[in-house]
Amino acid sequence: MSEIIKVGIADINIVSPPNTIRTTGLGSCVGVILFDQVKKIAGMAHIMLPDSSLSKTPTLNEGKYADTAIKSLYDMLIKSGANGKGLKAKIAGGAQMFKFTSGSEMMRIGPRNVERVKEELSSLKIPLLASDVGGSSGRTIEFNPENTVLTIKTVNAGTKVI
Amino acid sequence: MDFLKIQPIHLDVLREIGNIGAGHAATALSTMLNKAVDMKVPSVNVISFEEISEMVGGAENVVASVFLRIVGDAPGCMFFMLPVEQAEQLLEDLLVGQTVNLSSGDESDIALSALQEVGNILSGSYLTSFSDFTGLNLQPSVPATSIDMAGAILSFGLFEISAVSDYAIVIDTAFTDIERQDEVKGHFFLLPDPLSFSKIFHALGVPLDE
Repeated sequence: MSEIIKVGIADINIVSPPNTIRTTGLGSCVGVILFDQVKKIAGMAHIMLPDSSLSKTPTLNEGKYADTAIKSLYDMLIKSGANGKGLKAKIAGGAQMFKFTSGSEMMRIGPRNVERVKEELSSLKIPLLASDVGGSSGRTIEFNPENTVLTIKTVNAGTKVI
Repeated sequence: MDFLKIQPIHLDVLREIGNIGAGHAATALSTMLNKAVDMKVPSVNVISFEEISEMVGGAENVVASVFLRIVGDAPGCMFFMLPVEQAEQLLEDLLVGQTVNLSSGDESDIALSALQEVGNILSGSYLTSFSDFTGLNLQPSVPATSIDMAGAILSFGLFEISAVSDYAIVIDTAFTDIERQDEVKGHFFLLPDPLSFSKIFHALGVPLDE
């Protein structure tokens, strides 16, 4: 019996076959998947904001920010037996749900999230194999650690796999 | 913004904002449609980000929405959200004689523009009464529309809040058709920015204990 592991907003989780892992309703948030194809173990983070320096809370919710979420997902995978050098990434999300004429920074949060995720991956030397980012559609994504396929569903642009 | 300092009186004050604001918006909607529109007692909740999506049928549920930023003394976000079928019904009532299809992905410009205008009028009347009630200077941004997953849309209103907290205070008012009470027509969500709460409470004479 396979299960679907759920990842909430600002949440991180890991998965191994036959289970799959999924997060729903990504808007300007970005879903980051790290996986070890040989050991067949993967993890997903649903990040909201680009950088933990934005945080104004006394306790840091690591899953919320691109920089801290990717590091903590990386550590979780290593602890569960993944090979750090064999980790690869796929990402999806970072849409601009609403178009405004005023180009305020808040409205650009999707692209900023994507930029920060890419920086963090390259600083950890994790190759980014595939991405489906930007646009103006919400996404629901599901990753299968068995065949490393990421399925992306949208309301307006159908379903695709990367 | 410390949620622990919030007393029942503060939630009552926020509920009253929802009551007055949505009351005016319901009247405007009723005038536009030329039929009676009823509204439910507003709910004010301190809830997690996940739970906000649950209020409109889950993160993946497709909704029609109008979003605007409130600028001025107490900035925040406002959403007018309704199920796609309800939005189509509402627009067909307005654009007499036209069939409106919002779910196909090739929805007509006139339908989207009408939806935006409805959102504009309703949130404008909500905001005006919010402003009159509190004496705060509040203005709406130009509204934007989107027909997509509720979770993806709502998370857009959470960025200001998410840097400060994992929870948001949501003032939610649901509308119903007076003839079909069980059927919810739409929701108004008001999400003040964290720093706006103390200004709102202060303006209404119930400051938070510092």
